[in-house]
Amino acid sequence: MAIAETPGHHSRIVQLSKSPTGIDGFDQVAGGGLPAGRPTLVCGGAGCGKTLFAISFLVHGATRFDEPGVFMSFDESGDELAQNVASLGFDLPGLVEKKKLVLDHVKIERREIEETGDYDLEGLFVRLGYAIDSIGARRVVLDTIESLFAGLANQSILRAELRRLFRWLKDRGVTAMITGERGEGTLTRQGLEEYVSDAVIVLDHRVTEQISTRRLRIVKYRGSAHGTNEYPFLIDEDGLSVLPVTSIGLTHDASSERISTGVARLDMMLGGRGYFRGSTILVSGTAGAGKSSLAAHFLDAACRRGERCLAFVFEESPQQVVRNMRSIGIDLQRWVERGLLEFHAARPSLHGLEMHLSRMHRAIDRFQPSVVVLDPVSSLLRVAQQTDVQATLTPASRTAGPSTSRPTWRSRRSWTPGSC
Amino acid sequence: MEPSNTPETGRNDGAPGPRHAYVLRLFVAGMTARSTRAVANILAICEEHFAGAYELEVVNLYERPSLAAGEQIIAAPTCVKAFPLPQRRIIGDMSNTGRVLEGLDLVTHA
Repeated sequence: MAIAETPGHHSRIVQLSKSPTGIDGFDQVAGGGLPAGRPTLVCGGAGCGKTLFAISFLVHGATRFDEPGVFMSFDESGDELAQNVASLGFDLPGLVEKKKLVLDHVKIERREIEETGDYDLEGLFVRLGYAIDSIGARRVVLDTIESLFAGLANQSILRAELRRLFRWLKDRGVTAMITGERGEGTLTRQGLEEYVSDAVIVLDHRVTEQISTRRLRIVKYRGSAHGTNEYPFLIDEDGLSVLPVTSIGLTHDASSERISTGVARLDMMLGGRGYFRGSTILVSGTAGAGKSSLAAHFLDAACRRGERCLAFVFEESPQQVVRNMRSIGIDLQRWVERGLLEFHAARPSLHGLEMHLSRMHRAIDRFQPSVVVLDPVSSLLRVAQQTDVQATLTPASRTAGPSTSRPTWRSRRSWTPGSC
Repeated sequence: MEPSNTPETGRNDGAPGPRHAYVLRLFVAGMTARSTRAVANILAICEEHFAGAYELEVVNLYERPSLAAGEQIIAAPTCVKAFPLPQRRIIGDMSNTGRVLEGLDLVTHA
């Protein structure tokens, strides 16, 4: 397909400016963040992480991008919210005190309210406007504004007023996030997607074979290119992060430096110099073939050179690995003690594939190893569809050739930061 | 539907005294036609049902925007019945008298 280019035009086009969420991976998928100065709709079922997504957007805005924010909650009180996110290291009361954040809990009690004729939601506008002005807010979250529909009977007033509200938010130039509960056959119960037309993000939480995975998809992003796939995301003690696994480019550098396999004669066989640094090596074989031993040699050799190594093990505990390798004369314990070698052991069924991947990603980011070992990679097949694993571990399958053998051992060197 | 109580009987919630003070605050957003209508309607109702035994304050939210959050206001106009308890909110231009009376607990709910 050819794309006609209008000469001299494209360079003058003003790109939509972005408001970064600071959520790992999301800004990458969304081409920099949410549309600045416009409303974005975030929808999904109960417990899908909408509120956390919204809170992260505000907290990061306040702490990292110097953009104070207003959180208007229609469900939870400020205290409840603060408690819920304290475990992620978000200090809401502290931000409120520093005038970086306003928490306003809108309480609507249907039985306390009597509707006696014509009205509008100007009270809400005044309230929100005052909150924005009081701290010079640049970001606003409305969570979950659909609760208004349960509190007020006159749907036609509500709809007209919501339309006016989203217009008003745009005029105020704040970057707004509106959350909505997923409806039957619609993105949100009250069809909010009709009003918020700039960007729509869907969060999903599903359980397949007893293992839960969270997914995120940008359904719509007017005026911006964005990844359209479903991306896994996760919520853990570090907050929320999105894993743009399927959008990773194939542009990483290839080093021609060689490093020892830890087995002198294997180095000989590989041109006398060993593996390429930064390459992915697949070691495959039946049980007892010596795959783990080969990896232990590799780790030992790297540690001897003073390089840091990470080993992800899925079938044995670190102590078991250390003990077993001692029987073939490799002392891995000393490297652990010197801080050169770190084991991460987790049962494959503990999480879904993306959670495993993300934990690896984080561990690698933190530890900055030059050598990484996964033992055995085939364990991950048990928790995910084979295609998922192949997509996730693309470099491995590429190096190994198309499914020639069961991937069992995979050792990878110098993980390119930001990839995978 | 019961007939509305006369203020002298003071039916509400066992509040003491024959003369029963009502405390109402009407929040409006600017003096629009709707706001003016709401003020006129609520005044008429107050005068008819508890003349001399009520207190009505009209608050313009544009002038005192900080009150909106504290008083849990979303709609305008909103009339808050602060006393007697239970607290209730009557929203709209107060044109539906029957509903205003229900909101003021002067008649039972249909």
